[in-house]
Amino acid sequence: MIKFFLMVNKQGQTRLSRYYEHIEINKRTMLEAEVIKNCLSRSKDQCSFIEYKDFKLVYRQYAALFIVVGINETENEMAVYELIHNFVEVLDKYFSRVSELDVSFLVSEIHL
Amino acid sequence: MPAPIRLRELIRTIRTARTQAEEREMIQKECAAIRSSFREEDNTYRCRNVAKLLYMHMLGYPAHFGQLECLKLIASQKFTDKRIGYLGAMLLLDERQDVHLLMTNCIKNDLNHSTQYVQGLALCTLGCMGSSEMCRDLAGEVEKLLKTSNSYLRKKAALCAVHVIRKVPELMEMFLPATKNLLNEKNHGVLHTSVVLLTEMCERSPDMLAHFRKVRQLSSSQLVPQLVRILKNLIMSGYSPEHDVSGISDPFLQVRILRLLRILGRNDDDSSEAMNDILAQVATNTETSKNVGNAILYETVLTIMDIKSESGLRVLAINILGRFLLNNDKNIRYVALTSLLKTVQTDHNAVQRHRSTIVDCLKDLDVSIKRRAMELSFALVNGNNVRGMMKELLYFLDSCEPEFKADCASGIFLAAEKYAPSKRWHIDTIMRVLTTAGSYVRDDAVPNLIQLITNSVEMHAYTVQRLYKAILGDYSQQPLVQVASWCIGEYGDLLVSGQCEEEEPIQVTEDEVLDILESVLISNMSASVTRGYALTAIMKLSTRFTCTVNRIKKVVSIYGSSIDVELQQRAVEYNALFKKYDHMRPALLERMPVMEKVTTNGPTEIVQTNGETEPAVLETKPPPSGLQPASQANDLLDLLGGSDITPVIPTAPASKPASAGGELLDLLGDLNLTGSPVSAPAPQIAQPPFLLDGLSSQPLFNDIAAGIPSITAYNKNGLKIDFTFERSNTNPSVTVITIQASNSTELDMTDFVFQAAVPKTFQLQLLSPSSSVIPAFNSGTITQVIKVLNPQKQQLRMRIKLTYNHKGSAMQDLAEVNNFPAQSWQ
Repeated sequence: MIKFFLMVNKQGQTRLSRYYEHIEINKRTMLEAEVIKNCLSRSKDQCSFIEYKDFKLVYRQYAALFIVVGINETENEMAVYELIHNFVEVLDKYFSRVSELDVSFLVSEIHL
Repeated sequence: MPAPIRLRELIRTIRTARTQAEEREMIQKECAAIRSSFREEDNTYRCRNVAKLLYMHMLGYPAHFGQLECLKLIASQKFTDKRIGYLGAMLLLDERQDVHLLMTNCIKNDLNHSTQYVQGLALCTLGCMGSSEMCRDLAGEVEKLLKTSNSYLRKKAALCAVHVIRKVPELMEMFLPATKNLLNEKNHGVLHTSVVLLTEMCERSPDMLAHFRKVRQLSSSQLVPQLVRILKNLIMSGYSPEHDVSGISDPFLQVRILRLLRILGRNDDDSSEAMNDILAQVATNTETSKNVGNAILYETVLTIMDIKSESGLRVLAINILGRFLLNNDKNIRYVALTSLLKTVQTDHNAVQRHRSTIVDCLKDLDVSIKRRAMELSFALVNGNNVRGMMKELLYFLDSCEPEFKADCASGIFLAAEKYAPSKRWHIDTIMRVLTTAGSYVRDDAVPNLIQLITNSVEMHAYTVQRLYKAILGDYSQQPLVQVASWCIGEYGDLLVSGQCEEEEPIQVTEDEVLDILESVLISNMSASVTRGYALTAIMKLSTRFTCTVNRIKKVVSIYGSSIDVELQQRAVEYNALFKKYDHMRPALLERMPVMEKVTTNGPTEIVQTNGETEPAVLETKPPPSGLQPASQANDLLDLLGGSDITPVIPTAPASKPASAGGELLDLLGDLNLTGSPVSAPAPQIAQPPFLLDGLSSQPLFNDIAAGIPSITAYNKNGLKIDFTFERSNTNPSVTVITIQASNSTELDMTDFVFQAAVPKTFQLQLLSPSSSVIPAFNSGTITQVIKVLNPQKQQLRMRIKLTYNHKGSAMQDLAEVNNFPAQSWQ
């Protein structure tokens, strides 16, 4: 089950966040900060799946933007990895060559 | 009031903020503007304001005042308003807010709207945050939409149904008839969501699972063949631009179907048989050059492992995993290691074949991979490969990150214990672990190691020599020093006499040994526990060494005034041992006997040799060599001064190695602690050890003041308790009372516990009873010694509490003893 879907840039600013489980709002910012810290400290040749607390993070970096998905154990990590890429391709098609600015300005469209 | 700014402007302004404080200021200003705009009930700009609010919510600022506005937006007729309203509802509302129920009516109307997009919006929102009440109300509508021909709506309805089932499992049957036709769709979207729905139903309810598995009349409506057919089409069909992801059509659907097949095939032979072919086909035909193919293969492997597949298929699966391991891509290796870990229990041999690759993964740079490889390596160690594996694992221990070291060390100990080819190898391995990762070894490993060392009798000389050499250079690693000092204490004579067969014996004098132990004591790096070990070791050496006894006496007496309470107590007791009980010293400090194998819970048997007893259960420290009468708990009680009528905890044989802190906690935690758990070891001895008996029935002080009459303190229901008194001339404020409990009924009294309490001015010390069973017909008695300190020479009074089992029922009684003879306290 996917727990959350985040798009965070390298400076730690959240561009998009979608939570599929209820988490308090102050905990969300903390969670996002920690998650991005974990992802930033990984080098290029380390694998994209991190074990964090009691679930897994699957992350993928596109330029300066990190897309992180939190999943639990029943989910196929590689399928989620592909899903992230598929999502980015869809955005690319929709916005014709999407960039981070597009994401920050057109949040509501991306949500739906 | 000027028109509120658009969302883009807001974002642009926020982006110009340089600091967090600036950003907060801007947002607060904007929030204020939005709030006043809401108050004005402005319809035209509400949508814009809510959009801005959602953005601020995403940044982490509170936005709850917008909830009602979202509802108003949902109720409006314009599509753009509805859109933002539903989005807001999904993000801001959940079932914890009471407001959400107001939405139910809106959603109901929208579910029946003419435009499919509005219906879609409503379904989305319901599927996202519907509470159980809402779901119950609207389930009928959802079910209706599940049957429409509009595929856009159908797929959304299916997902909504998943959410409804999650919230209200009882409604599952409602959706059952609709699922019959779901898989006949061409549209992949609908197929995908229906598979999700079916998966959810099967996972939630075993009845559903059975229903979907069973054979039905028309073979075309059976679930497993249907899924197999769909999967086959996906693989076999040519390039379809709609569903293609790097060369494979709709891998997401393939993965979902595989997962559903896994659930259906688990523990079910018929379904598994039907799937075998297609699984083999997927496994062989999928392209592995891209990540997508690997994702599908991964899911296939998981499915093969879970269902009752034939062995050929399983071998195929493990080979796929082996191929994954050799792949360069980290993700794939990680995934392979995870699945191998899951399968190693069942298909051990097949996984063994890949052992070398797994061991190579230990050297990988990535933390997650290393952790997985380590766990898998431990699972793969067996009698044949233990030497090779251990070498690799020890090397890994050297170089790995600190967070792994504790786990690795424990794992190595476990594996070494199970598969050690020889004792010497075992001890070498332990030594290696202690020296490389000494400070990360878990505390409970130390007693296990000590027990192991005592068990390998012939290796004692070798062990102690190696340990001595190890701490000669560096005594900062606590577990290593603890084990080393214990061994030196026990086997110091072997060390000094230089009789080691296995290795070149080294020449060590007694003074050198004492030097190292003293430096451990003095060093700032030693923990309090370690110092305790060292002091006890020094003490033991007093019987084993011949020329340095005076030096030992000096060291021991120095620590009699140490600040550390534990050390001080030990030193004082050892001093007493030198002065008054020198005749007992050799017997008390004799070699420890071979300890029994430790079980993890509960008190185990007490091994008895030559009057020295110890429990086989070791706690964090080894037993201080049998100084029985010194009950640490009660000394503490004395130090504390006791409190008002304190019930005193009777002590177990003092060989219970309690750390001072632990007993203190016990005291403070539960002052009414009954003696039963604590003295449970005692009754398991059929014959009370003579030492205990001797000490409890004899007074400690050799001078006995005779002539104090004994009294009957309690006599009821066949239980009689007599007190006999002794007083010492040297210490007139102490009275030693020996109680004798006898039973004149026809049945034994078991689990007998005697507790006593005295007024504040007195201090009481209860020693352990001789047993807890009073045999019937006065055929035997229980004796217990009580020491009462009465510095103010007040009238002795005592309240006693008795608990025991008699005739199958638990009995309890309280009594006051007031008839103490005057000579006992004056």
